[in-house]
Amino acid sequence: MIEIKEYCRPKTVEEAYEKLINIEGAEIIGSGAFMRLSSRKINLAIDLQDAGLNYVKLENDEIKIGGATPLGDVERNEIIKNAFSGKLVEVFQMIWSVQLRNIATIGGTVFPRLGFSDLITTLLALNADVVLFNNGRMPLEVFLEEKIRKDILVEIILKNKDMKFSFQNVRNSFYDFSILNAAVSVDKDNNYRIAIGARPAVAKLAINAMNYLKENKNIEEVAKIAAQEMDYGTNIKGSKEYREMVAPVLVKRGLEEVIK
Amino acid sequence: MKIKMTINNVLKEVEVSPSEFLLDVLRRLDYMSVKKGCDTGTCGVCTVLMDGKPVLSCSVLAASADGHKITTIEGLRDDPEFKAISQALLDEGADQCGFCSPGLILNVYAMKRDLKNPTEEEMKKYLVGNLCRCTGYVPQMRAIKKYFEVRS
Ligand SMILES: Cc1cc2nc3c(=O)[nH]c(=O)nc-3n(C[C@H](O)[C@H](O)[C@H](O)COP(=O)(O)OP(=O)(O)OC[C@H]3O[C@@H](n4cnc5c(N)ncnc54)[C@H](O)[C@@H]3O)c2cc1C
Ligand code: FES
Ligand code: FES
Repeated sequence: MIEIKEYCRPKTVEEAYEKLINIEGAEIIGSGAFMRLSSRKINLAIDLQDAGLNYVKLENDEIKIGGATPLGDVERNEIIKNAFSGKLVEVFQMIWSVQLRNIATIGGTVFPRLGFSDLITTLLALNADVVLFNNGRMPLEVFLEEKIRKDILVEIILKNKDMKFSFQNVRNSFYDFSILNAAVSVDKDNNYRIAIGARPAVAKLAINAMNYLKENKNIEEVAKIAAQEMDYGTNIKGSKEYREMVAPVLVKRGLEEVIK
Repeated sequence: MKIKMTINNVLKEVEVSPSEFLLDVLRRLDYMSVKKGCDTGTCGVCTVLMDGKPVLSCSVLAASADGHKITTIEGLRDDPEFKAISQALLDEGADQCGFCSPGLILNVYAMKRDLKNPTEEEMKKYLVGNLCRCTGYVPQMRAIKKYFEVRS
């Protein structure tokens, strides 16, 4: 059960941030869809729906997605449909249900660094940046390592919409969480990015494998290196050993798709 | 706190607690077609339309619905699309207890608007969040395909 004492809907991000840092027990909410599954007390719930953060736009060749945009609005957007040969839309459409995506926001999906997230793995491979109100713009991989707690995710930025990209995952049924997921991308200058997530920890880049790929295109070997440089864990969805075995297969399939 | 919602085209002012979710408020106001199944965002029986889009009312804070338009099955009573969808389900014997039907019908209603000439696969993807404990989905799919006039 979540217990919320007060609720407010600020008109600007500045006002929202002001409340977030000055009022004890204040928290940002997207829709509350995920938050409600935990048990906590919130003194002030700050709803961003009127703060002007609901948009998808193309600016200076970068795709910018506002932090309070519901996933469903992103998925129906023409810019997103056309980006990355339509592959990004496919990832969005894998996230649970139409009804959930119409409320869950991109900020609520990225900011809490959820381990099972399909979107974070994808955005890592796509070399996305996050823009935080107080801490500013930074690469997603830096944000994932930082211990930032009180801030507002204002925007996600996709810098290169022409990358080739593949998302791979195993799950027990289409309507389930990933037991393991991996995303692979390559840009025009042959820079590869490989991310593995739902291990069940939050996604990470396979740096050694990415470096190896600069010199050598042996896909089997790259997949092995990528899988080996990650840590895996056991949870209700699958065991550590199972994830270890599956990881190179997913990376290999991803690489095959972007290389062909 | 007081919020205003237009429920089935009627503007209502409702007293809610900041901790309440839309589902509980709607049921408190006697919109009994809106069901509570899992209460965790999984089963889809609590689906309502918010500004025309299907959402899980169990997972939307009532306060965040302030100022929005909510549609439940009750509000579609005279809508020809609603009648056609429910008739199709009845014709195929796709309702047993009927617990899942309101949510399913609302999502099919939205799907008709969102997808043009969907394939069966696309329909399944759209309806993945509507669980049914009784019928096993085969008659439902048959009904929905007929409603969409899809040749398999
Ligand atoms: C049943 C269910 C199934 C799901 N399945 C999947 C899945 O298969 N794959 C997947 O990738 N994801 C999945 N998710 C996660 C989902 O995509 C969202 O992450 C989740 O619903 C949170 O969205 P929300 O906007 O409602 O955030 P909330 O629940 O409101 O908030 C979540 C957290 O984010 C913080 N927050 C929200 N917005 C911001 C912001 N702009 N800036 C800073 N902090 C913020 C809140 O303070 C809170 O701590 C699932 C979620 C649920 C509930
Ligand atoms: S009651 Fe809302 S999804 Fe099950
Ligand atoms: S008919 Fe009983 S749950 Fe679907």
